[in-house]
Amino acid sequence: MNKKWYAQPYILWSILFVVVPLLLVVYFGFTTKTADGSMVFSLENFQKFFTPAYLEVFLRSLWYAFISTVVCLLLGYPAAMVLSNRNLKSQGTMVLLLVIPMWMNLLLRTYAWLTLLENEGLINQFLRFIHVLGEGESIQFLYHDGAVVFGMVYNFLPFMILPIYSVMTKLDQSVVEAAEDLGANWWHVFRRVRLPLSIPGVMSGITMVFVPAVTTFAISAILGGNKVTLLGNLIERQFGQMNNWNFGSAISLVLMVIILLSMGFMSSYEKENEGGGLL
Amino acid sequence: MSNAILRLEGIRKSYGEEEVLKGIDLSIGRHEFLTLLGPSGCGKTTLLRIIGGFVAPSEGIVWYDGTNINKLPPYKRQLNTVFQKYALFPHMNVFGNVAFGLQIKKLPKATIAEKVKKILQLVGLSGFEDRDIESLSGGQQQRIAIARALVNEPQVLLLDEPLGALDLQLRKDMQLELKKIQTALGITFIYVTHDQEEALTMSDKVVVMNKGEIQQMGTPVDIYNEPKNRFVADFIGESNIIDGRMPADRRVVFLGKELECLDGGFAPDEAVDVVIRPEDIRVSTTEGIFPGVVTSVVFKGVHYEMMVQSDGFDWMVHSTLMEPVGTQVYLTLGPDDIHIMKKVAAHE
Repeated sequence: MNKKWYAQPYILWSILFVVVPLLLVVYFGFTTKTADGSMVFSLENFQKFFTPAYLEVFLRSLWYAFISTVVCLLLGYPAAMVLSNRNLKSQGTMVLLLVIPMWMNLLLRTYAWLTLLENEGLINQFLRFIHVLGEGESIQFLYHDGAVVFGMVYNFLPFMILPIYSVMTKLDQSVVEAAEDLGANWWHVFRRVRLPLSIPGVMSGITMVFVPAVTTFAISAILGGNKVTLLGNLIERQFGQMNNWNFGSAISLVLMVIILLSMGFMSSYEKENEGGGLL
Repeated sequence: MSNAILRLEGIRKSYGEEEVLKGIDLSIGRHEFLTLLGPSGCGKTTLLRIIGGFVAPSEGIVWYDGTNINKLPPYKRQLNTVFQKYALFPHMNVFGNVAFGLQIKKLPKATIAEKVKKILQLVGLSGFEDRDIESLSGGQQQRIAIARALVNEPQVLLLDEPLGALDLQLRKDMQLELKKIQTALGITFIYVTHDQEEALTMSDKVVVMNKGEIQQMGTPVDIYNEPKNRFVADFIGESNIIDGRMPADRRVVFLGKELECLDGGFAPDEAVDVVIRPEDIRVSTTEGIFPGVVTSVVFKGVHYEMMVQSDGFDWMVHSTLMEPVGTQVYLTLGPDDIHIMKKVAAHE
C-alpha cells in the first residue's frame, strides 16, 4: 500500500481551507470592482495602501508589536529562568498557572481587563477606597496606546515564556557544570553558556509574540476603544463596515509578506545556530 | 602523607534516607594516577563530584594542598574535570571549547591561541580549531574534552568514566594515551571507572568501592593478587569463591579437603571465604587433589575457560590446554594459590 494515501485527506483539507482562500485573497487584492460590478486587474489597492494615512497605521502596528515583543522578552526571559530553575519545587504548578489563562478565550480575557481598568472599574474603585484617589477622581487606564500595548503583553506573554522555558529545561546540566569547572562564575555561565543556548527559544518566542501582535484587532478594539487603529482593525473594517474586500485583501497580503519575511529571517537564524528549537 | 595534594577526611553523603558514602578517608598523592573502581551505584561518581565541588558532602572535609575547600564553589577550585558524556559546548567550535577556561582567566589572545594549539597537538588533533563539535567522532570529542580540561594546567584532573562511550579498540588506545599524557605532564589523575581491566591497566593506585565504602586500596598488582575480601576478589578478575574454615594457621578446610595455605590470624575453626583464581588451577588427567568432570569448554582467545564439576562444586578453570567435555580430570592447587578471606558480615 502506498503510504502517501494517508496524506490525501490532509491535502484535500489544505486545498479547501488554505490554498483556495489564499488564492481568493490574492485575487481580491489585485482587482477592483468597477461600477458595473465586474472585477478588473489593478494595483490600485496597493497604491492606496502606500499613502501616508494608511502607512501611519501600518508603522504604528509594527511599532506596537515591536514594543510588546520587547516588553514580553524583558519580562518573559527572567520568568523562564526562574521557572526552569531545578531547585524550584512548585515548578509544575507555576507553569500550569501560566498556561491556564491560555485556555480561555482571548476576547474574554481582554474584556475582563475592561472591567478592571475602566474609570468605574475595580482598580479605580480600590484606589479611591484606600484614598490614593479622591472622590470622583479616576485614572484613565483605557483607550490609549498604553492600554493596547498592555493588552498585547498580557495576552502574548505566555507565548514568550513557554518556548524559552522549554529550551532552558532541556539544557544539558553537565554543560553548565563544565563551564563552572573551567572557572566560570554565575555571570560567565549565563553570558557564555545559558544565554547562547537559549537563543532558539528566544527566537521562537519573538515569532510567537510578534506575529499575533501585529495582526491583532480584538485587543486594540476593546482596550483602545476606537482611538487606536491597527492593521487588524483596518482589515476588519474593510470586510465589515466598508464592504471593500479588495482593499482588505491587499492589506492582508502586505501583512502576510511582512510576517513571512520576519519568519524567514528568524528561521534562517535558527538554522545557522542549530539549537533545539521548540516547535 | 605530606606528599598528598588531596585528602578526604570522613566524607559522608546522604540523599534523604539513603547513605551513598559512608565515611571515606583517602589520600591522593602528587603525580599519582588514582582510580576509583566499583560497580554502578557504589558512590564513586558522587565522591568525584564532591572533589569537583558539584556536590556538598553531608559530613567530612576535602583538603586541597592543606586547605579545607568544602565551601569553595567549583569555579574557584584548581581542578578540572573530564565529564562522562564530554559536556562540550555545542554552540562553540573546537577552539572556543578548548579556549573557554583561558578566556575566563582573561589571558592575552596570543597566549590563548598558542596554548590551544599546543594542547591540540598533545591530544593528536592539530589543526582542528575551526571544526564544529558535531562534526567530530566520539573519540575526537573525547580528546577535545581532555584538551579543554588540560589546557588550564590543573594540578589535579578528575575523569568521570571518560572512555565509557567509546568502542573497545578506541578505549584501549585511549587508555594508553591517557596514561602517557599523565606521565608526561606529571599531574594527578583521579579516574572513575567500573571497568576493572581499565583500572588495572592505567592506575598507580586503585581504590575499590562498594556500597559507599572503600573495600580495598592498593597497587593494581596487590589488588589483583591479594584481594582483601570476597567482593574485591569477585569484582576484580574472575574467582572461585568457596566456603571454608581454618582449623589452624596455614591450614584450611574446604570441599572436604584439608590443605596447606599461607594465611593465618583467624580464630580456630573460623568460617572463611576461600578464593582461587581460575588461572592458578592446574588440570591433570592422571592425578590431583579434586577429581571432577569437565562440563563445558569455551575458547577465550588466549586460554580455554572450562567448568569442572567436582563433588557438587563448579570450578572455573582457565588453561591453555583443552580437555573435552566429559573428561575425568584432577585439579591441583599450591599453597600460594589459595587466598583466605574473612567472611563479610551477613547484613551487607
